[in-house]
Amino acid sequence: MIKYLAKRIFRSIFTLIIIISVVFSLLRFMPIEGYFQNFDKLTEAQIQAGLSNMGLDQPLPVQLFNFFKNLLHGDLGVSRTYRTNVPVMDIIVEKIPVSVQFGLMSIAFSMLVGFPLGILMARSKGKFWDKFGTVFIVFIQAVPAAVYYLFIQIYGTELLDISMLYNANRPITWVLPVISMSLGNIAYYAMWLRRYMVDESNKDYVRLARAKGLSQGKIMSKHVFRNAFVPMVQYIPNSILNTVIGSIYVESLYSIPGMGGLLVNVIQKQDNTMVQALVIIFASVGILGLVLGDLLMCIVDPRISFTKKGGAR
Amino acid sequence: MRNQKIILSVKDLNIKFNLRGRQLHAIRGVSLDVYEGESLAIVGESGSGKSVFTKTFMGLLDVNGFVDSGRIVYNGTDIANFTEKEWLKIRGKEIAMVLQDPMTSLNPLKTIGAQIGEAIWMHQGLKGDALKSAVVEILKDVGITEPERRAKQYPHEFSGGMRQRVVIAIAVACRPRILICDEPTTALDVTIQAQILKLLKELKQKFDLTTIYITHDLGVVANVADRIAVMYAGDIVEIGKSEEVFYDPKHPYTWALLSSLPQLGKKGEDLYSIKGTPPNLFYEVKGDAFAARNPQALKIDFEERPPYFDVTETHKARTWLLDPRAPKVEPPEHIRELRKLGGKYNAGK
Repeated sequence: MIKYLAKRIFRSIFTLIIIISVVFSLLRFMPIEGYFQNFDKLTEAQIQAGLSNMGLDQPLPVQLFNFFKNLLHGDLGVSRTYRTNVPVMDIIVEKIPVSVQFGLMSIAFSMLVGFPLGILMARSKGKFWDKFGTVFIVFIQAVPAAVYYLFIQIYGTELLDISMLYNANRPITWVLPVISMSLGNIAYYAMWLRRYMVDESNKDYVRLARAKGLSQGKIMSKHVFRNAFVPMVQYIPNSILNTVIGSIYVESLYSIPGMGGLLVNVIQKQDNTMVQALVIIFASVGILGLVLGDLLMCIVDPRISFTKKGGAR
Repeated sequence: MRNQKIILSVKDLNIKFNLRGRQLHAIRGVSLDVYEGESLAIVGESGSGKSVFTKTFMGLLDVNGFVDSGRIVYNGTDIANFTEKEWLKIRGKEIAMVLQDPMTSLNPLKTIGAQIGEAIWMHQGLKGDALKSAVVEILKDVGITEPERRAKQYPHEFSGGMRQRVVIAIAVACRPRILICDEPTTALDVTIQAQILKLLKELKQKFDLTTIYITHDLGVVANVADRIAVMYAGDIVEIGKSEEVFYDPKHPYTWALLSSLPQLGKKGEDLYSIKGTPPNLFYEVKGDAFAARNPQALKIDFEERPPYFDVTETHKARTWLLDPRAPKVEPPEHIRELRKLGGKYNAGK
């Protein structure tokens, strides 16, 4: 188990190195305006001096090597146009807690609503709640998120009679962004959980459980839900990614001072170092989610064994 | 047989299914008495209704199926129209079932100890150490070695035969009075089949079970059954003691079924197969259901449904051939030869 985990983490680090290299190299193709605050007013000589000052005149492999060297000390470089010459780390550190807080709230909320919805749909298959849930899922999947984000913001704030923007001191203003970020995951969880529960409840062991004399409710809770939950575990990393994607738009919509809003901001300002740092952080979160999903999978499924290859008969 | 106590009595049972707005008449007025302590085999081809028939004894029909009319009397009560809540008192406790495929009938994510324990906990209310020792006890009974260690393992750590032993353990864990074995050996290879049948016979002795086998494997039937009921198109066409049905079959369908046995074929000749297909049960069957596939069918076979004719006290068949007015139709040659074998068998008894 430990050995598997170590191997898995090692492989993830390798993946991360590749991602960083690709992102770093691609961003070097961006226009050099992004490195200067007042590019239009600078002379050619000043630009050249600036570039060599930042080490940008060196060949790409050397730049990449330096970047990795600094990364080991937790140094992601300095911001150029967003907040000139402030270390990227300092900017991001303030934003991380806000984003993490919203991300966790959104994931918790979507599990709290999505799982029961999936169970309800599976239990009333073909009846009202199943159809209701299906309409909801299709709506969420089909309508671009940006559309319902805006609707929620406009009509939601009116309904609750609150300001359109986020206010750290008024928790009621957190509700709408969390709901917006959760809707996609709720639909996602409900859809897959319903599907797996319907699959499981048609299996032979459910028939045996019924023949054993278990009541329908016990079969659902002790056998069907338990077993349907195992494949669901794989979807947790995916839902983390969905949340990250959602946060990019939702945070800028409500002016939440998190990393998602920041990414939109720095892309607009063409701050190459900031973009690069944020993309790397988002990639790390994604990879972390995948490792977490694999790890959870081993915990919940006894058929996955680490003792020997092909240990299961 | 007469003096034996009837444990389960089915009278004129009709079962229908709602399928895409039409009704399928799956079981057409079947009556059957099951005697306490006997071993009854229900044989018939796929779709003959043998599984559906026995499922009603446990209230396990699919949601679109229902008992249209008739009674199933168990312990003095008519259980045919029990509600789900009432069934919970019978299922697993009074009447238990062994399913066909051991590879899929166990929950892959629960230890087998937990799955057996669940049944005991449900019906006997045992908990903790008492439950654990009951599980170990029943695992020993079904011939699993090292039961303490095995109880903590998951189904994927068991072979097919071992899993079927576990399924049987679940079925007999609560000491049911009737055990229904729905093709218990179909999914197993031949050597394991024999072991499982032996185990079922032993458990029947040990726990005084009444067993009902559902199978299309006549080899299994010969091995275990006291009585045989032959089903065709939702009806029992012939029923009798096994030697009566095997050596002196009366219904043309039973002839055809026995003729299909590879053991009765001649070397170098094609194996016998019954021509045609069973009737479509969406429509009301007129006359004898087998008439259309029976080359020797009489005219009346197409017009009127035959009643049961008694051959002996224990043997009866639903065919007009047994009517005193019927012309003499001899069974095929190899079936007549069986009769000779049966004569030997009876003499030897």
